[in-house]
Amino acid sequence: MSTWMMILAVVVAAAPVAWAMRAGLQSATGNAPKWRDMPLSVAYGYVIGAVILAWLAYTYYLSVTAERTPVDTYFFFRTAVHGFVLFAAAAWVFRLLGQYVGTAGTRKLFRNMPVTAAFGILVILIYAIVSIFAGLIAPYGQEEVLGSANVVPGGNPAMGGNPEFPLGTDQIGRDILSRLIYGAQNTVGIAFATTCLAFFIGGSLGFLAATLQGWLDQVISRTVDVLMAIPALIFALLLMTIATVWANEFGINRTYFMVVIIAVIDSTRVFRLARAVGLNIVVMDYIEAAKLRGEGLGYLIFKEILPNATAPLLAEFGLRFCFVFLTIASLSFLGVGIQPPLADWGTMVRDLSQFINFAAFAPQVASAPLLAAGAIALLTVAVNFVVDWMLHKSSGLKE
Amino acid sequence: MQRLGLGLLTLLVVSIVIFVAVNALPGDFAQAILGQGATPEAVAAFREDLGLNRPYLTRYFEWLAGAVRFDFGTAYSQAQFAEFAGSDAGSGLGSVAEMLGPRFRNTIFLAGLTALIAVPFSITIGVLAALYRNSVFDRVANISTLTSISSPEFFLAYILILFLAVINPILPVLSLVNDEMALTERIRMTLLPALTLTLVVTAHMMRMTRAAIINLLASPYIEMARLKGISPMRVIVRHALPNALAPIINVIALNLAYLITGVVVVEVVFVYPGIGQLFVDSVKNRDIPVVQACCLIFAAAYILLNLMADILSILSNPRLRHPK
Repeated sequence: MSTWMMILAVVVAAAPVAWAMRAGLQSATGNAPKWRDMPLSVAYGYVIGAVILAWLAYTYYLSVTAERTPVDTYFFFRTAVHGFVLFAAAAWVFRLLGQYVGTAGTRKLFRNMPVTAAFGILVILIYAIVSIFAGLIAPYGQEEVLGSANVVPGGNPAMGGNPEFPLGTDQIGRDILSRLIYGAQNTVGIAFATTCLAFFIGGSLGFLAATLQGWLDQVISRTVDVLMAIPALIFALLLMTIATVWANEFGINRTYFMVVIIAVIDSTRVFRLARAVGLNIVVMDYIEAAKLRGEGLGYLIFKEILPNATAPLLAEFGLRFCFVFLTIASLSFLGVGIQPPLADWGTMVRDLSQFINFAAFAPQVASAPLLAAGAIALLTVAVNFVVDWMLHKSSGLKE
Repeated sequence: MQRLGLGLLTLLVVSIVIFVAVNALPGDFAQAILGQGATPEAVAAFREDLGLNRPYLTRYFEWLAGAVRFDFGTAYSQAQFAEFAGSDAGSGLGSVAEMLGPRFRNTIFLAGLTALIAVPFSITIGVLAALYRNSVFDRVANISTLTSISSPEFFLAYILILFLAVINPILPVLSLVNDEMALTERIRMTLLPALTLTLVVTAHMMRMTRAAIINLLASPYIEMARLKGISPMRVIVRHALPNALAPIINVIALNLAYLITGVVVVEVVFVYPGIGQLFVDSVKNRDIPVVQACCLIFAAAYILLNLMADILSILSNPRLRHPK
């Protein structure tokens, strides 16, 4: 309870401190406008922010100086701070590199880029490389069952680790590092393929509906309305129930069913956007001119509408990829997604989740499920940062 | 009134979609449940018991008529149990409605608690971010909400478990609530899943609040209020917020609808006895009546919330309330 009292005391004490700080700065700077016009609430915010930063720094100081016993309570905090600083530095260096290397266009692009977007691009690049060259990077096979199960991550023999398996092994003795690397290939690859399929279905139907209109538009639009009335994850779970039965009956891997199901569900959202964008384009004069020239439907869609709809569709592709990726991860986490023994992050989190309860006395053990979950989070965060930047840039939103 | 009718129609069509998806497709559930080793007689008897051998249309209308009265039939798992016990299956032993009832209350409790935390929190943050736009606070809020919205629910859940339940044992790891618990104890048990869901939905609501308010700041009446000399806080809370209410209400309703799907994963992580967990379990066991019922409830709640968003945004806007 004393922790709560301390937090309360800080919250109360920050008010007079803020007032004193403002008054002090006002007299010190000879009533400079910045301090004279500052409301008390803003000063209060600065003080609270400073207290939180100081607390973080103090905890980090404690975590570095504390003795490295097996029961290392600061393990997660220290790792998080190190990871944060490392990624921030890497993103900053990457942006700096981008400002001096490459063509004039890319250099200009990097100059106005926020660090978050640079971080996003860097992470996406790393994931792409890892997933393409997974077979070369991974030290073991993804389905290879090695000698010892449940080796603790960290590679320190004193704590139950093994230097041959830097991130340990899972409950049946597969190397977690290799599975993480192959997971990039499987999870990201499947999500990417699914998104492409969803865009192919939704995009072509949407443009078709926008160009032809009439009854076809009505039929497709009403169908999409109904499909969108069922929450996506619920609908996917329902269809996966059936797909599992089918998969057993026909001996087809249920992963294929999952790709099609999620692509169809997500194509409804793509259809909405493609139709809306398409409707705005088909009223343009150049479409009229092309129609008068006697161009066919295929030419109209692919040569006239598509090139003019790329910008909104590209941003949507990023967002849609995140949704698809998270849906696949959630399905796998719930046990109906990508079929084992393919390495996949969602399944890994579910299989290793029990270890989280060991965090109080063996933090390294508990980090195993978080690694896979963190790998998912890192990629979606990165994509979102990039999409956010792109939207901000294209909308010209300044305020 | 027209919207209400449209909502009901959508619900009806959705029920057809759910039923068709589950029943009309090939794949014999009786066979699947009893396993490959079951004799054809056993499968036939099982189908007979559950009424699987009757025409689809009859079964659909029976199911729909039952669903309207909250009678979703008997769960296969229970029917199977009755089969082994030698009694007549479907004799009211563990009906789906009985299974769903308490779990439905639990889920509503979880979603309600989340909304109670998330809505005031996100609106406050959104208003503050709009007030101090482009400041350090705005950027920190922007980045952290973007991070939380794009992380998978189970990642946030495990991070919270790690810091609030395992390393610093403040809250319980598992949310094993039951009906006999006192309210405070129940809230303590539900707090961790509620906090996870709060993190998931706050981002969207906060960003929407901020964007809706900033959109209005260029309006002449805001300029007027500023020139009158009232404080920035008052400009936003008294003049901008009421006019930004329609999009904010809309996004809140949409996020509450989103809560319904988010609830599935979070309930599984925390072993919270709600509908979401039941749904996932039945999906794995292919317990079709339960899957159908859960699906229908989720879809109904989703449609209802979307309908409510429409109606509330009309009510909050006088121009739409009194159409010319």
